[in-house]
Amino acid sequence: MDKENVKKDLFVPAQKDEEKSEQINRPSLSFWQDAWIRLRKNGGAIFGMVTLVLLTLLAIFAPMLTSHGLDDQDLGLSRMPPKVQGLENFQWLGLDGKKSETFEADSVEEAKDLALARFSQDDFSYIEFDVKAEGDGSEDSAEVKAYYDPYADKQVEEYFWFGTDTLGRDLFTRVWIGTRISLMIALIAALIDMLVGVAYGGISGYFGGRVDNIMQRIIEVLVGIPNLVVVILMIMILDPGITAIIIALTITGWTGMARIVRGQVLKLKNQEFVLASQTLGSSNTRILTKHLIPNTVGMIIINTMFTIPNAIFFEAFLSFIGLGLQAPDASLGTLINDGFKALQINPHIMIFPAIVMSLIMIGFNILADGLRDALDPKMRE
Amino acid sequence: MENILEVNNLQVSFDTYGGEVQAVRGVSFNLKKGETLAIVGESGSGKSVTTRALARLIPSPPGRIKEGEILFDGKDLAKLSDKQMQAIRGKDISTIFQDPMTSLNPTMKIGTQIMEGLIKHQKMSKSQAKERTIELLELVGLPNPSERVDQYPHQFSGGQRQRIVIAIALACNPKILIADEPTTALDVTIQAQILELMKDIQKKTDSSIIFITHDLGVVANVADRVAVMYAGKIVEIGTADEIFYNPKHPYTWGLIGSMPTLDNTEESLVAIPGSPPDMLNPPKGDAFAPRNDFALEIDREMEPPMFKVSDTHYAATWLLHEYAPHVEPPEAVKRRMKGFASTGAASNGEGDQS
Amino acid sequence: MAKYILKRIGYMLITLFIIATFSFILMKMLPGSPLTAEEKVTEAQREIILEKYGLNDPIPVQYVRYLGNLAQGDLGVSFQMKNQSVTDILMSRAPVSAELGFWALIVGTSLGMLLGLIAAIRQNSWMDYGSNIISVIGISIPSFIFAGLMQFYIGVELELLPIAFWGTPQQAIMPVIALAIFPMAISARFLRTEMIEVLGSDYIVTAKAKGVSKFAIIFKHGLRNALIPLITVMGPMAVSLMTGTLVIEKIFSIPGIGEQFVNSVTTNDFSIIMGTTLFFAFLFIVIILIIDILYGIIDPRIRLAGGKD
Repeated sequence: MDKENVKKDLFVPAQKDEEKSEQINRPSLSFWQDAWIRLRKNGGAIFGMVTLVLLTLLAIFAPMLTSHGLDDQDLGLSRMPPKVQGLENFQWLGLDGKKSETFEADSVEEAKDLALARFSQDDFSYIEFDVKAEGDGSEDSAEVKAYYDPYADKQVEEYFWFGTDTLGRDLFTRVWIGTRISLMIALIAALIDMLVGVAYGGISGYFGGRVDNIMQRIIEVLVGIPNLVVVILMIMILDPGITAIIIALTITGWTGMARIVRGQVLKLKNQEFVLASQTLGSSNTRILTKHLIPNTVGMIIINTMFTIPNAIFFEAFLSFIGLGLQAPDASLGTLINDGFKALQINPHIMIFPAIVMSLIMIGFNILADGLRDALDPKMRE
Repeated sequence: MENILEVNNLQVSFDTYGGEVQAVRGVSFNLKKGETLAIVGESGSGKSVTTRALARLIPSPPGRIKEGEILFDGKDLAKLSDKQMQAIRGKDISTIFQDPMTSLNPTMKIGTQIMEGLIKHQKMSKSQAKERTIELLELVGLPNPSERVDQYPHQFSGGQRQRIVIAIALACNPKILIADEPTTALDVTIQAQILELMKDIQKKTDSSIIFITHDLGVVANVADRVAVMYAGKIVEIGTADEIFYNPKHPYTWGLIGSMPTLDNTEESLVAIPGSPPDMLNPPKGDAFAPRNDFALEIDREMEPPMFKVSDTHYAATWLLHEYAPHVEPPEAVKRRMKGFASTGAASNGEGDQS
Repeated sequence: MAKYILKRIGYMLITLFIIATFSFILMKMLPGSPLTAEEKVTEAQREIILEKYGLNDPIPVQYVRYLGNLAQGDLGVSFQMKNQSVTDILMSRAPVSAELGFWALIVGTSLGMLLGLIAAIRQNSWMDYGSNIISVIGISIPSFIFAGLMQFYIGVELELLPIAFWGTPQQAIMPVIALAIFPMAISARFLRTEMIEVLGSDYIVTAKAKGVSKFAIIFKHGLRNALIPLITVMGPMAVSLMTGTLVIEKIFSIPGIGEQFVNSVTTNDFSIIMGTTLFFAFLFIVIILIIDILYGIIDPRIRLAGGKD
């Protein structure tokens, strides 16, 4: 033992520091600070959040960047492929303003004629050919890939970033306005679900007993009705449009939230801090709004974050089967549906709204996942 | 008596987001054949982690054995492969866990759960294993074993389940039985039954037991030797008599002072102030110093080494240093110690089957 | 258990009754009748037809008759396709939809379970991340977008698979995959979470302490306990498959119930829309009931405890 190193003068009773024995070494963080720190560490969630912010900004401001309106038709400029400044030379991106298609015929000449018939009735000057197979005269032995430049043919100076649709409307404008509408429908629907669900679940869980019993029986019946069925039935009696979709989505949509809030409130209301508040004479409203709801807020946020993409999906789904918005209104769903009709030759009409919609859905889902991990009190160490 | 297990400077850490949590910081002890060693300490003192490391049951990642040896049967368990360890677990070293409500597989018949080890380690046939299982259930005192082997865990009460967990641990006559707070989750009346059962089994099988608990009453009842852990270290180790009659470490004093007994009518319990340190940043010097009424200045600078009290009794406190002022345990603790001596609370075993 | 099943059947009947009543009210409010398709009808002919369908009776009489018909599986007559009963139309198309849904369910859940299991065992490895990314994408992106992209790239551009219709195995590949992605993603994610939780539970430590091998821990102790709760996501899966068949059948021109439904929307054939909706509601409610009962049978804890409630 290293007795030499031990200084004798240190063997005196230490000054007792009351503070120190009770000291907590970790910095004390509020629930939200703690959640934010955990969310920030989650790469996926941050990606989702950034994506959503960008897409929302685009949905708000992008339509202002163009001179086109939602429904400005120009049949002369229909089905223009997408063309973006600076990306003309990257053919594989498909943003070079050209259409390409492969034609097969008995000979190269015939195949070129087919291309001409498809793209431009006038002359060959705006079509470039890439002969894949010379052909020997037998059926469909020759293969030619044709690149047609409608911008040059129609002498269009303007760049349609996302191209135009079958009626010559600028898709860039339509996609972002459609995004705006889809987001708006989803946000309003989620907000209504939240308000109704929290009120219903909160009351049911807090008062318990007979009130709870009756309210739960009602919910049990409502939950039994498939969402799809309710939405379709509601859409049929209402005039198609944004309001109809929102009503259809929310009419039974709130039940999920109500059940979650009720479960939380039931769990919380028997905990000591609530009993303490009751003992101190707080009113029901005060306990509900000051103690129970704030402690369920995490669950409410998480659930809402999952409701939003669900609402976006249902809106698109309804538009897709013909029960959604009616022309000329655009939502991501109607745009994708329109795109399907021209998918084989003009895939860009479907692909752009499909990409935007996919990004929104992914963004909300991973952000919601991240929030669930961040807000879950069980995760707190 | 020969040592069956020897642990040298065992260090276990967990890598978390916040950094390295040093759960066990250099623990050394040995276990003799047929003895019961109790490890006591507050929650978070590292006692469970230590024993889980012995059976290599630390989930990795995030946990890892950072340093140290676990010598058993001529092998260093800390360095064995997972496969080699599988052959030892359940056969030579078994563990009984704290919560019988969760430590049984809910969707598997209890018989199958007991038979699993037998078939693996003893190469028994199914029918042999079943016979042995029924014997084991009888041994642990479960009524109607031949009918109940085919039932599921939820059909048993908590105490019965703990008997089943014990039967699983005993299945292959292990040399070392690690009991990780086996009575904490049980009702007091059941606790006594389970303790009796364990003592009884030890007499029959002659296995060594490491008994983890935070309940000194239980320690007094079962242990031959006691190790007191604080903040990932053993602060005092000795025979049960030495720990109860002649404790040297202020933390042990604190534990004894805060232990409720039937005869402490005249005084209230003495609480240990404060809370255990954060193992993410263990404090400099003696980890117990901030909570210690007898702390010396040196405690803030240097960690105390293990001072020898007797051949079997060691304690890590500067108070045992030759330079240290003479300090007596607090009066309340002294009275406790006298109480133990008169009632024989710590005289492990035979006599006190009340 | 029996009491529980009876209670659930009771709820099911109430729900069906409410849906049926609701749909009857809708039918009365909606424009269109069996007459819509008749180009020119005289007043006399009109009377005859209304009489034939009992549309002149007082509403309560019609309501009772409607419920009676429903109970016998009679969903009325199509507005557009003269004299065809909705039930017959649905039944003639149901096998195709069922076949599509069945394969999507099988392919989706088995792939999903595989993904989820790998992710759980190799937690935080690249396989785990890969599987997580696949499930996020699968849960997020609607099946009709997958269907469209596949149809264009695999069908039109690469000409690897036929882009429409139903009959040959090749024709089935794309629609089945498109429809299977959601169940795959859901089951992968769910199994991963469950499996990780199970593998972290006390009884797995008990099994390890017994010296049980890794393989046996994962498959004997882990998987069974993790699979049981998977039954609970079968409900959402069934719904997504039904929703999915509507759009997938339309996209790939598959002659199932979904395609009929979407066509009926465009032609305003309300009786078929309503009939299909009721049929879906019935199917959904029965599936949920079966899932609940199944759950009780498989989990020994619920099997015995359930009876007390």
